[in-house]
Amino acid sequence: MDLSRRDLFKIGGKLLVLASAGATLEEIIGAAPPSQAYRMADHWWGMIIDIDKCIGCGNCVRACSQENHVPAGYFRTWVERYQVEEGKQPQVDSPNGAMDGFPPSKREDLKSFFVPKLCNQCASSPCVQVCPVGATFVSPDGVVLVDETYCLGCRYCIQACPYGCRYLHPEKHTVDKCTLCYHRITKGLTTACCESCPTGARQLVDFKNPKDPVHEFLRNNKVEVLKPYMATQAKVYYKDLDGAVR
Amino acid sequence: MIPGVDGFIYPNEVELQWGLLIVLYPYITGLVAGAFILASLERVFKVQAVRPTYRLALLTALAFLLVAPLPLQLHLGHPERSLEMYFTPHRSSAMAMFGFVYLWYLMVVLLLEIWLEYRADIVHLARTTAGWRRLVYKLLTLGSENVSPEARQIDDKMSYVVTVIGIPSAFLLHGYVGFIFGSIKANPWWSTPLMPIVFLFSAMVSGIAAVLVLYMAFMKVEKMPIDMSCLDTIAKYLFYTFVIDFSLEMLDLLHRTYEADESFHSLDFMVHTRLWGSQVILQICVGTLLPLAILAANQLWRFSELRRKAMYLVASLLTMVGIFAMRWNVVIGGQLFSKSFLGYTTYKVEFAAREGLLSAIGLMALPFIIVVVLVKLLPPWAEGKASEV
Repeated sequence: MDLSRRDLFKIGGKLLVLASAGATLEEIIGAAPPSQAYRMADHWWGMIIDIDKCIGCGNCVRACSQENHVPAGYFRTWVERYQVEEGKQPQVDSPNGAMDGFPPSKREDLKSFFVPKLCNQCASSPCVQVCPVGATFVSPDGVVLVDETYCLGCRYCIQACPYGCRYLHPEKHTVDKCTLCYHRITKGLTTACCESCPTGARQLVDFKNPKDPVHEFLRNNKVEVLKPYMATQAKVYYKDLDGAVR
Repeated sequence: MIPGVDGFIYPNEVELQWGLLIVLYPYITGLVAGAFILASLERVFKVQAVRPTYRLALLTALAFLLVAPLPLQLHLGHPERSLEMYFTPHRSSAMAMFGFVYLWYLMVVLLLEIWLEYRADIVHLARTTAGWRRLVYKLLTLGSENVSPEARQIDDKMSYVVTVIGIPSAFLLHGYVGFIFGSIKANPWWSTPLMPIVFLFSAMVSGIAAVLVLYMAFMKVEKMPIDMSCLDTIAKYLFYTFVIDFSLEMLDLLHRTYEADESFHSLDFMVHTRLWGSQVILQICVGTLLPLAILAANQLWRFSELRRKAMYLVASLLTMVGIFAMRWNVVIGGQLFSKSFLGYTTYKVEFAAREGLLSAIGLMALPFIIVVVLVKLLPPWAEGKASEV
């Protein structure tokens, strides 16, 4: 084949334009894209938590810690134990985030239950709002993420999170948080915490999937998000959330 | 049990995120705004009595403004990325505007006003000095050496315009710092629309007190007489602004107590325990009521000159301590309680760490060193010479 210099520039230019527009090699050479490709626009992730099913074993905390290399003393997820006596402030504990479960309760006459916590993946997220450089953002599929190559480490987002879900990574010096195991869910897997939960108390859900059990769950149960008055449009829904929970 | 933690706090809340350096940040910017507003009293509001401190107030504001970004820079996890705030600011972030507000204030207001005010002096110094000093002053003239009465009149008009722009800018600078805290809905200790106003008035109070102290110190060092009518006037304005500032803070306290929302029990307990020393004793009693009483006494009775000087000095120093305590109580206090309202953590200042006491002392000393250099470079008391040119 005889290629003139003009032809060479034309083809090269086309390739450059397509590549910069984010086209894959398959698209450039005209092959069909793989059918299983993950499309962010097709998903809107969240989680449902059934408080009555949580037994406080701490599996989720350990699994998260291992999966995401969470530094010791910091938590992307943790479990709280509430012990409520009528007319009194609730007694709450979460020893080492429930990494090793809980010691036996000293009293048996109290209303007692466990509350798993994680980033609420708020759609109207105060942490995203305050980031001075936009290093933290809501992805098109509804997950609040931090670009650690961009984060200044100013920690304004940690102050703005009403739920205490963020921390400064002691080695990276950037803010770290639950990513809803983004590296897993975009491959069709569930999160490490949901996978390791022995009772199915936590379930990853996709609000954009019409077949997801979340729709039936929301229709048939009384649900609430944490601190609803913060109006953050949290996407972690709790079934039968007690009023004592903060 | 985690040491230093009482009750239940979310596990990521054990560590305080904003420490001593972030206490310095509003303190230093407050001194800038306050010093500038004192300077504008003479310029815009024609309070002639404070003329002797006009130039000193401008130089004080500049010295503190130059240091203002340093505590932030030292605090960042990645200081090398800080310029991203200029290049890719996130428009919904209150903090992202800091760089722009800062640059506006430094370049458009303060440097311009100081240059216009000193231009004739600089030209005079460029002609009368020799060696490297001559070169420095020559550079500072920026090539503008016309000091005819007409040119001076233009300087004066321009300077007036800059000050008029400068007053809202000073309000913006510090009101904005208050907004950074006041707009955090997750934190009930910070989240109040009063925060920018309280920050603004406390800024004026601390800035006026700082200029008063610096003026007395420089007069002592330079062995020059203190202009008592100037000192009396500054003390009077200090008293007025302090009364407004304290009223606003008490309004905030009253409002919180009367409303007693869900955070009240937790915050009330914190004020009566962890913040008792720094808020009730240091900020309110020693740093506010005592200086207010001293200043009020001077409004009611006439004391001898010597006594007045001593009283003003003590009141101003106490005021500066009180406003520092106020910044501490806002920044640190806002992080001592858990957002679960069920527990508290503790803050211990480290000594030689990056964000420790040594850095803070260094950062606080720096503007005073800069002010001494600036006063040497641009003597504030040599106004007479300028008119002789």
